[in-house]
Amino acid sequence: MSLTPDFVRTEDAQILPAPKDEVGLWAMLRRRFFPSPLSSVVTILLGALLLLVVWTIGRWALIDAVWTGSNREVCSLPGAGACWPFVQARFMQWIYGFYPIGERWRVNIVYVLGALTLLPLLIPSAPFKVWNAVAFFLIYPVITFFLLTGGVFGLEVVETPQWGGLLVTLILSVTGIVFSLPAGILLALGRQSRLPVIRWLSIAFIETVRGVPLITVLFMASVMFPLFMPPGVNFDKLLKALVGVALFSAAYMAEEVRGGLQAVPKGQYEAAQSLGLSYWRMMAFIVMPQALRIVIPGIVNNFIGLFKDTSLVTVIGIFDLLNMVQAGFNDAVWASPQTGNTGYFSLALIYWVFCFSMSRYAIYVEGRLDSGKKR
Amino acid sequence: MAASARVKSDGKLAIEIRHVNKWFGPYHVLRDINLTVSRGERIVVCGPSGSGKSTLIRCINRLEEHQKGDIIVDGVPLTNNLKNIDDVRREVGMVFQHFNLFPHLTVLENCTLAPIWVKKVPKKQAEETAMKFLTRVKIPEQALKYPGQLSGGQQQRVAIARSLCMNPKIMLFDEPTSALDPEMIKEVLDVMTGLAEDGMTMLCVTHEMGFARQVADRVVFMDGGQIVEINSPKEFFSKPKSPRTRAFLEQILH
Repeated sequence: MSLTPDFVRTEDAQILPAPKDEVGLWAMLRRRFFPSPLSSVVTILLGALLLLVVWTIGRWALIDAVWTGSNREVCSLPGAGACWPFVQARFMQWIYGFYPIGERWRVNIVYVLGALTLLPLLIPSAPFKVWNAVAFFLIYPVITFFLLTGGVFGLEVVETPQWGGLLVTLILSVTGIVFSLPAGILLALGRQSRLPVIRWLSIAFIETVRGVPLITVLFMASVMFPLFMPPGVNFDKLLKALVGVALFSAAYMAEEVRGGLQAVPKGQYEAAQSLGLSYWRMMAFIVMPQALRIVIPGIVNNFIGLFKDTSLVTVIGIFDLLNMVQAGFNDAVWASPQTGNTGYFSLALIYWVFCFSMSRYAIYVEGRLDSGKKR
Repeated sequence: MAASARVKSDGKLAIEIRHVNKWFGPYHVLRDINLTVSRGERIVVCGPSGSGKSTLIRCINRLEEHQKGDIIVDGVPLTNNLKNIDDVRREVGMVFQHFNLFPHLTVLENCTLAPIWVKKVPKKQAEETAMKFLTRVKIPEQALKYPGQLSGGQQQRVAIARSLCMNPKIMLFDEPTSALDPEMIKEVLDVMTGLAEDGMTMLCVTHEMGFARQVADRVVFMDGGQIVEINSPKEFFSKPKSPRTRAFLEQILH
């Protein structure tokens, strides 16, 4: 028997272009939408359904819609679609609430300052991150507080019941978001603490808050809380709602962060310890950056949930965006069959823009962080 | 074996382990361990899996807590005193089986983090030191990459450099080549051999018997949570005294 191998390559096989029907737009469309008869049927059926939905909403919101008018009559005609003049008439109130018209410039400054300090913070390449963070997290809230409440520098006092609309929704959600992440991190660390008292307190807080609906927390904050206070001591209703929302979301955030902490391998802790890093430095430089990265989707989910949940403050009589929009429905000038639909539709759009932005930004951040760990 | 009486450190000993016992729950994992390591000495610890060798060296920088006995590292006794633990960890570097590099930091940042935050070395200087040690482990060109972009052998060499950046007096190696593909083992062993030649005090848990033969001053054989034999490499491999050592060597050397 000879010992020759079965096969020896003497010439390289040719490198050929992909077959024609594998590349190009048509090939892509066919592969994605019509790869088999069943898929083709599903594509056509779902496509038709999509068209129907878009057409129905589009006709109501654009084609049959009423665009001009000064009262309910234009919107009450049979076959009328969305009642946009109502939105136009009410829009400023949605944005500013009952804030005195002459003082609205103060709210404008708050909005502009907020955008000017927040946006560069969100853009990774923007410079002066530390000062930017100081401006947004420390200086901005103080300015906002004095500007909105007034009573200093000759500013007219504006009580919080006069605040409302988007202003209140943003104050509640931004405060909640900014507070809940650090509080959640501390609670999550507390839950893993070696010190029993800290661990038990953290667990008790998290489990109590998670076991209770937000509405209950808000009712408790506004109705029960004053009962435990000495007579005469009363906190602002908006402040109570703020604290309630922030604590509530902190408990959820804690569990989210805990999930991330558990996903960080034990070896990371050991490596950090063996290098002599203290507990807080290990957490700050090694564990948290990895843990938070893992749970970004969950954290953003919480932020989005929190943003929408602020609408529950309606039940304790705070005029947030939802309550403000609904308040317009009772206005006799605009009562028409389409007023409510249009109001809710606009409301949904506003909420959607904010939530969708958060979601997209989170995806962007995830992509950026991931680029560092190319495998 | 070292005298079992409790003696004060005489300054020449890098590590003193006296009558150390440890339990995981009811399970007695370290039984009356006695071992002293002089400065500059290279010790290889071997033994079957589950014999307690990893647990032993993890006790030396307090990643594990021993319940009875004394461990004195560079004159500092390991107790619940946090300052002592910090002092010991500053002096003792550790290299792990699974490298445990920080995946979210670049190779350079992995090497400079602890010097900057623990030893308060200025950033510039820490980076220079890091580059010096990365050059020494022959991967200075990877400094700005992330650990995930490197091969296993390269990652382990970074891990060694990371430890060296803290200028440790003692290096612990916990099966540093066990997670590596065969073709990468040599590059890591070469770095370790170089360290040994430079006089580093080393304690290595390893199955690399060639390394033990070539580098070790003493070989410690553990089985069932006890030290069974401590011997010079030459004697250990040619004339092991304990039958258990003989049985183990027969199994791994075929």
